Amino acid sequence: MPREATVVPPALVQNNPETATALLRELVSILRESRTELREEWARRITESRLLMAMTREEIFAEATTVYDNYVAVLETGSVEALQAYARDLSERIIPRGVETQEVLGVVLLLRDVLARSLFKKYQLDFNLLNRVLDAYEPAANRIANTVAVGFVQERERIIRQQQEAIRELSTPVLRVRERLLILPIIGLIDPQRARQLTEQLLRGIRENRGKVAVMDITGVPSIDSAIANRLVQTVEAARLLGATVIVTGLSPEIAQTLVTIGVDLSKMNTVGDLQGGIELAERVLGYKVIPVEVEVAARTH
Amino acid sequence: MAVPILKQRHHLIASIQSALSDQDLVGLRDDLARLVGQHRALGVIIDVTALDVLDSFATRTLRAIAYMTKLRGAETVIVGIQPDVAQAMVQLGLTLEDVLTALDLEEGLALLDQRLAERHGR
Repeated sequence: MPREATVVPPALVQNNPETATALLRELVSILRESRTELREEWARRITESRLLMAMTREEIFAEATTVYDNYVAVLETGSVEALQAYARDLSERIIPRGVETQEVLGVVLLLRDVLARSLFKKYQLDFNLLNRVLDAYEPAANRIANTVAVGFVQERERIIRQQQEAIRELSTPVLRVRERLLILPIIGLIDPQRARQLTEQLLRGIRENRGKVAVMDITGVPSIDSAIANRLVQTVEAARLLGATVIVTGLSPEIAQTLVTIGVDLSKMNTVGDLQGGIELAERVLGYKVIPVEVEVAARTH
Repeated sequence: MAVPILKQRHHLIASIQSALSDQDLVGLRDDLARLVGQHRALGVIIDVTALDVLDSFATRTLRAIAYMTKLRGAETVIVGIQPDVAQAMVQLGLTLEDVLTALDLEEGLALLDQRLAERHGR
């Protein structure tokens, strides 16, 4: 078949889309014929390059087969939709297993390379024809690599967005530990948006639970800058305007030093060393007295 | 619109029903200063639940009322500041320092009774 094509002058071929399509069709049939060996070659190269280490050899081979068939189908039909859907589906499966963007890109580029090499081998005797075959092959292959990589990155970004949402919702729970006593454990860095959300949640929590004392525990906060410290002071003052007292607990040595060094006025804040101390103080303020059962029983019997 | 002021045992309760003009606020201040003496009140509660804005003049007037009634022998509690209002106030630096606050009327009454008990207890 390639012998026949050489009869046509090169200029005519390049300007004739019909022939480009014919070449692509020929290409597809070649790739179908040598499916088994090229697929194996690809899987071998993947393992050799130590890509997709998170997956077993069988898994790689199974995915490689599907990608290969999809790849050939795209070359044949020129429509990337099916591949797009498959790439999204594949990304969804492999992202949780820690597969990186460069691995996915590497794998697709490997397949491109493996196929291109097989073409070189096949057409090595006719440079002109090889050129034309590559002219037909390259744009399609690039488009495929692009589609898969973009699909993977989009899926990743979707997951990141979803997780950000989840973290935001979880980040500032206001919990009631006793009648009129709320705790607000804060874990992780506070950014301005989170600080605002925190104030809103606390004030809403005070209103809804008729809170009188709120213990804000910042043991899990690694560091605080002056803007955030001032936001916290504002939160404490806003809570006071609602008639509630805020006790801040768990200031780490680093945070305490930072606050003193940058000169944030914390005179309006009640601070206690740890959460336990904070809750005990809050209980005293609210008039609770916690007595171990044995002590109480002993006191009653005497 | 003038603010109605009710008497409940030793306490006066001023319940603000709608947005107040500066003049209404001044009127409230004058009324309370007069009535605290007249009724020999020991506590004053100003309920601002209905307000969705507390500007600097209002805040200053409320603080003035609190200081003034204290000089006349009564403690003042501001009750019912809405969360949004509180947040806006602290952002403007209006923090009602040294003024008692409580969640709502019931809390305010409880707080006043507690303060009175402490004072008489001593």
